[in-house]
Amino acid sequence: MSLYQTQKLLYMLNKNPKLQVTFLADQDSVLKDYKLSDEEIDALKKPDIGLLYVLGVNGQILMHYAAICGFAWPEYIQAMRDGLEEHGNVRNGLYVTTDGKGAI
Amino acid sequence: MSLVFAGVCSHAPGITGRKHMADPDDRESFYNAFDEMREELEVTKPDALIVVAAEHFANFFMNNMPAYCIGMGDEYEGPIEDPEWLGIARTNVPGNPELSKRIIQRVLQDVDVAYSQEWKFDHGISVPLHFLTPRYDLDIIPVNINCQGPPLTPLHRAWAFGEALRKACDEAPERIAIIGTGGISHWPATPDSGKINEDWDRKFLRQWSACDKEALLGYGDEETWRDGGQGGFEIRTFIAISAATSGRTAKVHYYRPIPIFAVGCTIGIVDLED
Ligand SMILES: [Fe+2]
Repeated sequence: MSLYQTQKLLYMLNKNPKLQVTFLADQDSVLKDYKLSDEEIDALKKPDIGLLYVLGVNGQILMHYAAICGFAWPEYIQAMRDGLEEHGNVRNGLYVTTDGKGAI
Repeated sequence: MSLVFAGVCSHAPGITGRKHMADPDDRESFYNAFDEMREELEVTKPDALIVVAAEHFANFFMNNMPAYCIGMGDEYEGPIEDPEWLGIARTNVPGNPELSKRIIQRVLQDVDVAYSQEWKFDHGISVPLHFLTPRYDLDIIPVNINCQGPPLTPLHRAWAFGEALRKACDEAPERIAIIGTGGISHWPATPDSGKINEDWDRKFLRQWSACDKEALLGYGDEETWRDGGQGGFEIRTFIAISAATSGRTAKVHYYRPIPIFAVGCTIGIVDLED
């Protein structure tokens, strides 16, 4: 698990429109600069927003990546709910401090 | 001169970004409350507005996270988010580095605050300014309390920080307004977005209105997490305003849970006059 690296990549991406263009054109050219697990790389590339949530990415970071990837707000919320169904409880990060299942 | 205005308000990105999805009465009544807050702010003729916010990984990250930071820039750009996503056009906002410097220097007497000459506003500041200084013609001094990436500063330190800000304002000749922005209970940007604990919010707001220091500092992070969600950690911004206006009561002008805005929408103004 390299949650810090995943979040760092998304943090850099969110605040840098030029990096977003580079990333969307050639994901690997950006991903190679971060120490990521295969699961994280797959989730980022797909993109599997639900899995990124389960891996522990903070929603304040993830919601912008979802928007960059074209998710409308309800789709973003649904992707996280689907992620919990498909991949189980949140595994790391801020949201794991409760049961990781979400509050609703 | 010291403080001429103090208050609190919500800053959730849905307030502007998802306005088209909201019930018209929810939206209009809340926007009206923001308009009234702007009018109350404007009549005090402030020279600068300090915005005590809780930013969301726009400038600060877990590689170097300050518990407290004050902006010292000539100007600031915001919002950092996609303007279309947030529903607010990107613009430059004037700063006041000279006043910032004096405030920072005075706050450092009591709290080891970080400073930054570079700062991109996210929704935590851009949403309040959209309503409160829509012409972007008032000098803004951004202030951040880390409410996002634990370990977080304890509440009694947020109080000390608010007191330190007040001392700094008291020593400045300028007419200074201050607002705290944040959610009370909310679970933003998670599968639970839209969940709001109204009872918890109303209890907190009663204590905030009464400037009840003991009650306000009694919230443990574990309890806040359980009852108020991770967004509840932003009560630090409200508490800093209470500390900056210690001994004064405040009025909650608006409170309504609006799930599509993902927060109990709040406007509160401190009664600074005798
Ligand atoms: Fe926030």
